[in-house]
Amino acid sequence: MPSTSYLVAVLTIVFTITLALRAVPFAVLRTLRTSPIVRQLSAWMPVGILAILAVTALHGSVAAEPHTTSYALLAVAVTVGVHLACGRRTILSVGIGTAVYVALVNAL
Amino acid sequence: MAAPDPLPDPASAPAPALATRKQRIAAGVRDSFSAGLGIFPLGIALGLLVIQAGLPWWLAPALSLSAFAGSLELLLVGMVAAVTPLASIALTVLVVNFRHVFYAFSFPLHLVRNPFAKAYAVYAMIDEAYAVNASLPEAERSAPRMLAMQIACEVYWVGGGLIGVALGAALPGPIKGLEFALCALFTVLTLDAFRSRHEVHSVLLAGASVTVALVLTPGVALFTALLLFVALLLARHAFTTRRPACRAAEEAVDA
Repeated sequence: MPSTSYLVAVLTIVFTITLALRAVPFAVLRTLRTSPIVRQLSAWMPVGILAILAVTALHGSVAAEPHTTSYALLAVAVTVGVHLACGRRTILSVGIGTAVYVALVNAL
Repeated sequence: MAAPDPLPDPASAPAPALATRKQRIAAGVRDSFSAGLGIFPLGIALGLLVIQAGLPWWLAPALSLSAFAGSLELLLVGMVAAVTPLASIALTVLVVNFRHVFYAFSFPLHLVRNPFAKAYAVYAMIDEAYAVNASLPEAERSAPRMLAMQIACEVYWVGGGLIGVALGAALPGPIKGLEFALCALFTVLTLDAFRSRHEVHSVLLAGASVTVALVLTPGVALFTALLLFVALLLARHAFTTRRPACRAAEEAVDA
């Protein structure tokens, strides 16, 4: 079992690096507000970053247990279908999509 | 999702402004529910993992508060249990959380005026907070809404961790497949962001980036995909600089 001083050191390192990664870019970008590149990137990035997060999260789900790939793809399709068909209610879409995946993974 | 704010100008009168503020906080808490579906079970998983690894229970809330980044914390539990050297831990944190560097480009921090609130908003800029904000139309965003959502997310995360710790001995393990909630959340938010700004090119470039990243570096796919995506966007910018930037004017922050 690791010592308490080791745990405290880990927590300090984790806190400092995580906060710096989140904070420093804001300080840098503040001086670049009027730069056309920064304005253009801030307009282009969100939807692409969301898509990348969705794909890597899907990959994370599947990588742990590769035989669940078809269930995961089916659950994504259900999520998208429910979202578009039922008026874009996020909780409903996420809830039903997740329920389908959990049911398939545990039942089959 | 919440209805748009009926009052675009909050400086009209004190009473409506207060009502608007309450509505905005309520909207932020509502925003957090869908993120909470993914965060809360992950928090429980973290608590269970800490107990199963034989680590002290307080490490779950302490990790949640110090890192506040789900995927990293789940990774760290195993490393801490194995007493991994601090330098390796620092490098892991740097690589896994490096993606947050890119969020600063479009996270609407300029909405938050109070310096303490601003500091909290930066500290609590997790994937889910970034994603939920990015899918909101710009007119619906506000500081109270964003902060309420972030605080709620942290409550789910820390609370889930404490429940997981409490369950630690009772349950054999977390329910399989619950982590899919994060994938479902990001999928849905991508659809919403796509509707409000028709960025076909961005999605195609992101798709190409993540495909290459998964093939070449499956271990750090998110990190590679974001780097590639930024590189492709810079290239795209270089190609389109001579076109009138009408869309940029619509999206840009007020200088």
